[in-house]
Amino acid sequence: MSAATAATDLRAQQDRGRKAAQNKEKWAQGRTYVSAVVVLIWCLAPAYWMVVTAFREVGFTYDTSILPTHVTLDNFNTAFDTSFGNHFGQALLNSVFIGGVVTVVSLLIGVFAAYALARLNFRFKFLVLGFILGASMFPGVALITPLFQLFTNIGWMGTYQALIIPNISFVLPLTVYTMTSFFREMPWELEESARVDGCTQGQAFRKVILPLAAPAIFTTAILAFISSWNEFLIASQLSSDATQPVTVAIASFAGAQPNQIPYTAIMAAGTIVTIPLVILVLVFQRKIVAGLTAGAVK
Amino acid sequence: MATELGPTPVKSPASGGTPVHHGPKGVGEDNKILSQGKWATWLLAPTIIALAVVIVYPIISAIVMSFQKDAGLDPVTGLFTAGGPAGFQNYVNWLAQQCAAPGGGTVACPPGTLGGQFWSATATTFFFTVVTVTLETVLGFWMALIMARTFRGRSLVRAAVLVPWAIPTAVTAKLWLFIFAFEGIANKLFNTSILWTGSEWPAKWAVIIADVWKTTPFMALLILAGLQMIPADVYEAAKVDGATTWQRFRMITLPLVKPALMVAVLFRTLDALRMFDLPYILTGGANNTTTLSILVINQIRQGFNAAAALSTITFIIIFLVAFIFVRFLGANVVEQSGATGKGKK
Amino acid sequence: MKSPKFLLPAAAAGILAITLSACGGGGGTTGGGGGDAEQGLDGRGPITYVQGKDNSNVVRPLVEKWNAAHPNEKVTFKEQTDQADQQHDDIVQHFQAKDAGYDVVDVDVVWTAEFAAKGWLQPLKDKMAIDTSAMLKPTVESGTYKGTLYAAPQTSDGAILYYRKDLVPTAPKTWDEMMGMCSIAKANNIGCFAGQFSKYEGLTVNASEAINSSGGSVLDKDGKPSLNTGEAKAGLENLAKAYADGNIPKEAITYKEEESRQAFQDGKLLFLRNWPYVYNLAVSEGSSKVKDVLGMAALPGKDGPGASSLGGHNLAVSVYSKNKATALDFLKFMTSEETEKFYATQGSLAPVLGSLYDDQALVAKLPYLPVLKTSIENAVPRPVTPFYPAVTKAIQENAYSAIKGEKTVESALSDMQKSIESASAGQ
Repeated sequence: MSAATAATDLRAQQDRGRKAAQNKEKWAQGRTYVSAVVVLIWCLAPAYWMVVTAFREVGFTYDTSILPTHVTLDNFNTAFDTSFGNHFGQALLNSVFIGGVVTVVSLLIGVFAAYALARLNFRFKFLVLGFILGASMFPGVALITPLFQLFTNIGWMGTYQALIIPNISFVLPLTVYTMTSFFREMPWELEESARVDGCTQGQAFRKVILPLAAPAIFTTAILAFISSWNEFLIASQLSSDATQPVTVAIASFAGAQPNQIPYTAIMAAGTIVTIPLVILVLVFQRKIVAGLTAGAVK
Repeated sequence: MATELGPTPVKSPASGGTPVHHGPKGVGEDNKILSQGKWATWLLAPTIIALAVVIVYPIISAIVMSFQKDAGLDPVTGLFTAGGPAGFQNYVNWLAQQCAAPGGGTVACPPGTLGGQFWSATATTFFFTVVTVTLETVLGFWMALIMARTFRGRSLVRAAVLVPWAIPTAVTAKLWLFIFAFEGIANKLFNTSILWTGSEWPAKWAVIIADVWKTTPFMALLILAGLQMIPADVYEAAKVDGATTWQRFRMITLPLVKPALMVAVLFRTLDALRMFDLPYILTGGANNTTTLSILVINQIRQGFNAAAALSTITFIIIFLVAFIFVRFLGANVVEQSGATGKGKK
Repeated sequence: MKSPKFLLPAAAAGILAITLSACGGGGGTTGGGGGDAEQGLDGRGPITYVQGKDNSNVVRPLVEKWNAAHPNEKVTFKEQTDQADQQHDDIVQHFQAKDAGYDVVDVDVVWTAEFAAKGWLQPLKDKMAIDTSAMLKPTVESGTYKGTLYAAPQTSDGAILYYRKDLVPTAPKTWDEMMGMCSIAKANNIGCFAGQFSKYEGLTVNASEAINSSGGSVLDKDGKPSLNTGEAKAGLENLAKAYADGNIPKEAITYKEEESRQAFQDGKLLFLRNWPYVYNLAVSEGSSKVKDVLGMAALPGKDGPGASSLGGHNLAVSVYSKNKATALDFLKFMTSEETEKFYATQGSLAPVLGSLYDDQALVAKLPYLPVLKTSIENAVPRPVTPFYPAVTKAIQENAYSAIKGEKTVESALSDMQKSIESASAGQ
């Protein structure tokens, strides 16, 4: 067989293959779209229902028309209305404040711990890692009673620090883990060469490693913030009306009458709480996925 | 960035990520460890202290409390009196389901006492954990595979997936409670009249559906991140070799994603074992949806010390599950945190 | 180096926290505290009043009024959350710390015995006595533990039987009569009767009502369970039977107050057991289909009005208060006739003074008052026991199974009995 015929055969084969592949591609594309629509409905339908209810008149709370009916903005006013003893506006600020402080502090503390765990060699490292893992496993319900006693004794009940400190301990292990795995994947040659250039280890860390780690730090920050934003159990026990976060505020939302559960106002509040996060997540979607790729999983 | 790193032997996983650099190990190595140890102490101190204050103190405090009796009633004055040391009585109350008898001693806990619910709550907790984590893994994988493909509107799907994840659990629970109300949209839509929160299996499924809805996106994101680490040419090569889709999934995707997946599964499992908000708000623990965490909270109102014993038991159970994962299922969290060293073991 | 700078505050805070906690003492509850009840009896000065969310803006104006009249004994209002459990825990934990800052607390009727038995509430006798003669008797009982009054009735609440005037001309007096009318519901293709049968506190209320209404009781006079009786059985069986034969619709097993109100308002129920708050909503909400046909009556009993469970709140003085004389004055102020009237007009809260129920101006505003008076007069407080959390769980768990038919009424009651015995055997 000459080299030429072999080449023609190969080309013909490739052509056939390409056509089959194109057909297959179309099918695959179709399937992808169907699946994507299913995913969209599954993820968005309940959230859609929350928004529709949020815009429905309170007298028609249990209306089940799929499309918006009896549309009103009243529920958003009700949500922020303080005359029934709800402090939703204050709670929003509280959540932002608590989440912000928790995120910043966890990152400040956690980044150093993660660096040490990923980069330094020391005795009991395994023990420390195990300890932090253990900390992340501790059931939250078990913390409440002892923490309540502790905070009562030192007069911290209902203060911001009483909410921030337990939250830090929940968020911190997450931060340390995410950052540790990221640091392990960093090109340490850069740090080495920085040190060869006369940087101390600290300088090398600050000038070389931190900027490189920025995407991961950013993702970790978002994860930390969301985790703190979602916290309910501890806050429900240790907060006061002045410091309670949105989760507690929404769960204990009161209506105009005792026993009345103002679902429409709750859904309005839920919508308000969710929107900033959704925007945050949408805007930084690439970064989140990229950060996760770099840090948490790889 | 990551692929550039690929060929460079940055570290050897066996040594825990320490850059073992060229040149023989010698006397200098010991000094280095010493100075690094000092460094590490300073760097780790804030983390350790923070965790010690809010975790270790409560653990010790809870253990001490669990060996104390809860206050009993003085029959004459009608006032509570301090309980005194209890030995293992609180643990027996839960594990052997033995409750105090009127004349002293113990009897098998009758239905209606919390002690009688320990094993069923344990079973419920594990049931929820197994079902939700399995569903979340499978669905998460499926979603991740979709999101990893290229198609118009992909970013829309990726964004949509994050919506349930971004809604706080307490709000999620209220939302699903509203959806699953008898007059709610779920019954209307499927033209059923299921008492979602009123009978055992629907109640369980209500909790499971809400949990899966809420947490699958996180799983999907983690898996997606793992998927994207697999270089496209690996698939191309496999295609050229004539591997079917299923073969490619089984031979390439699964093994390469597995380490990341195991870590994600471990963390989700530990989370699910602590499940509280969702069943608490959705069903109030009725119809066999009482999880261990709910049982602890219920018990706190009936006696702190017995509650402390139960929370200690819960902690031990969760710890054992984590141990089994790490030891036998290869979720090597401590050493690797999902870092796989580019498929090298 | 940057790091040590921000290690320091964190470390300092941590160490501080550990040290201080070691000093604070911990551990479980202790009883007695006789000494605390003797101190501060003549103390006057600023005090704090603790209550759940002031949803209808009743407390704030009252506190302002008090403060204007008592510039040296000002009251600070500490508002708790709206959730009963959280209010309870908040009070428990403050009392456990012997917090002198919780002078006067608003306690749910079901917590009174527990707090009293823990020695946290100042007995309202001798120097601290108040006049309860004008108050409805069941409300006073709800504040009484072991023969001593520990909390002053502040507001009350009783159940009302709402019914459809258009379908039922006269309200049923007895349970059997009501069940007899269920054929009307069937003919109109709607559910007959519903209360709150979801497994939560409301079920304890409904199950106790059933048991009390047929002459039984959950606890006897000594606080011992008394459920293995024919009367108790007849009571719980009423509910179980009605659920089994469909007179109580299946979905009622998921009802709390709101779901049941909604069903009734949508015209899907002939009879509804609920609290007075339903009235205002049912006649005003846009979607309500019963606006013009709403009837109200006392709960049906065995052969007369049934025994409603009692809701409402009591006011108690903390034994740790330093200014008990002021606290007592404030207590009297908060239960005075003028204030009670204000509760009714401003907050639609049921007063504890019998005379107000006949006040024509009030009745014009709250047309359910006469019915509510009958209801409260015949009411039985929920089981007064320091082990209330365990008792209510035992009732809920077993009544739920019995109503759903998962176990017989006998075995449900005997399990209830045993659970309560075990709980009060204390361990």
